[in-house]
Amino acid sequence: MSLPLVRLIVDRVVGSLVVLCVMLAAIPVLVLFLFVVLKGLPGILTPGFFTDSPHPQGVPGGGVLNAIIGTLEIVGIGSLLAVPVGALIGIFLSEYGRNQVGDTVRFISDVLTGLPSIAFGIFGYTVVVLTTHHFSAISGSIALAVLMLPVILRATETALLLVPNALREAGLALGAPRWRVTLEIVVPAALGGIVTGALLAMARAAGETAPLLFTAFGNDIVQTNPLQPMGALALTVFRNALVPYPNLQDQAWGAALLLVILVAVTNILARVYVRRIQR
Amino acid sequence: MSRGTAERVVPTPLVATSRQRRFVAGDRIFRVIAYGAAALIILIAALFVVALVIPALPAITKFGLGFFASRSWDPVRNQFGALTPIYGTLVTSAIALLIAFPIGLGAALFLAEDARLRLLRGPISFLIELLAGIPSVVIGLWAFFLLTPLMRDNVDPFLQHTLGFLPLFQGTPTGYGFLTAGLVLAIMVLPIMIALSRDVIRAVPRELREASLALGATNAETIWSVILPYARVGITGAVLLSLGRALGETIAVTMVIGNTMQISTSLFASGYTLPSVIVNEFTEANGNVYLGSLFYLGVVLVLITIVVNVLARLLIWRFSGSARAVA
Repeated sequence: MSLPLVRLIVDRVVGSLVVLCVMLAAIPVLVLFLFVVLKGLPGILTPGFFTDSPHPQGVPGGGVLNAIIGTLEIVGIGSLLAVPVGALIGIFLSEYGRNQVGDTVRFISDVLTGLPSIAFGIFGYTVVVLTTHHFSAISGSIALAVLMLPVILRATETALLLVPNALREAGLALGAPRWRVTLEIVVPAALGGIVTGALLAMARAAGETAPLLFTAFGNDIVQTNPLQPMGALALTVFRNALVPYPNLQDQAWGAALLLVILVAVTNILARVYVRRIQR
Repeated sequence: MSRGTAERVVPTPLVATSRQRRFVAGDRIFRVIAYGAAALIILIAALFVVALVIPALPAITKFGLGFFASRSWDPVRNQFGALTPIYGTLVTSAIALLIAFPIGLGAALFLAEDARLRLLRGPISFLIELLAGIPSVVIGLWAFFLLTPLMRDNVDPFLQHTLGFLPLFQGTPTGYGFLTAGLVLAIMVLPIMIALSRDVIRAVPRELREASLALGATNAETIWSVILPYARVGITGAVLLSLGRALGETIAVTMVIGNTMQISTSLFASGYTLPSVIVNEFTEANGNVYLGSLFYLGVVLVLITIVVNVLARLLIWRFSGSARAVA
């Protein structure tokens, strides 16, 4: 029995609309990548991009060394704060967290995940900048650490819950105390997942701009002292985009390309890892 | 299960040997450390609340709840109100959802249901996930240099030509404003919308789908009368989470909305959203009340996003609960 024509047409139309939707969703992404690569390459290939500080506005040349060092240092210190604490909270959630305390922590973590990134900037601003009376890289690290925390702890919890209970029982049956079973059997078995979560959190933190505007603030000279204002790649992109000098705009695109490469690499790593787990 | 009984495995003899005492002590210490970490995040959350409110206090005490009803934003006379940026936030988020909801739902249906182009599914999913990770400042940069000229020279004039009789599409298009900001937001929330709806649609029990197809319904009819009604709660949750993201998005919006404190019915007009006011005027704000008003806007923003996000999660939980009950 063949379908009435109207129903057939409606079915085909819906089928094509759905494909159209996928294309509409995917095309902007492709265009975005294409442009960041095309516009970013000239920026990156400019001599001095990796080795010079920015020149004053209107003076040609210059680079983003200040921002590269700044991003590495701010995110590095932030990770040193967030990864151990986040992993420990993740361990708590998976090994001890089936109670009201655990649910509270999960709720807080979900709320933090949903907060706009600018809120973390305000947090760093009040807690560090207002108390020390000046902008500093460390305030940015603290803001980013709180931003990374929920990502890391959820990734850790998920990874630990995937470890089969039989492993825990085997360890306990051999007479090992619970803390050794957790630290020497369960955590190593889940290490890949924890590392992946930490990497994704770091990539996200490296791309954040709004928190740093209130904390690290930016700096055109190379600064390594975490108690001083410091530049960052995301700040370079934001500030240089709005300036009418081609060399600075090229630097903005170059810095954007660096950030995109960072995100792409960590995402691919994460995906490879998830594939390996599923096998 | 075993985890609950693990502590009871430890024998409790009448006289504990030193080895056994160490055994128990080690577990106790570890437990205290783990609980300590949990306490730390609760502490951070409490500190967060305080940290958001403190810098806003000068404005909160001066304006109180009248802040929400006032349209003024006058640094000279120290009069500030949140109505204009709230308007901008709502308008841009509404545009974003109007665009992202149908496209996202369609794409999710394709990724979850469609048997065609199976090979393309993985790469498309990956691409969209990658978009979720792209820093907002990079999307802002792209929009600033490519989308705004495109809007000014092509899209806006076209809309004006065809729908110009509506107040929404009047005035001179500059490329910066509510419409462009809404479009950028739509691109940014699409990954969330697609990923969540896809998971929700996949969770619809297979039997329902098969029963509908077996009764002779076409794919389109199955989607419309079986899948969508079943997944409605979960999809609403996905929309709300997208909204939560759109409301708080800062940098990309700041780069394309034009940053003007005004309420306009025209979508071509420049405007302001809550986060973009804070970012844009933070460095120039002088005086406690001005600066405090910016942070008051931050408090408003955080409250709105928390309500939206909690609501979204409740809906998604309810959905996954009911999906499990049927499956």
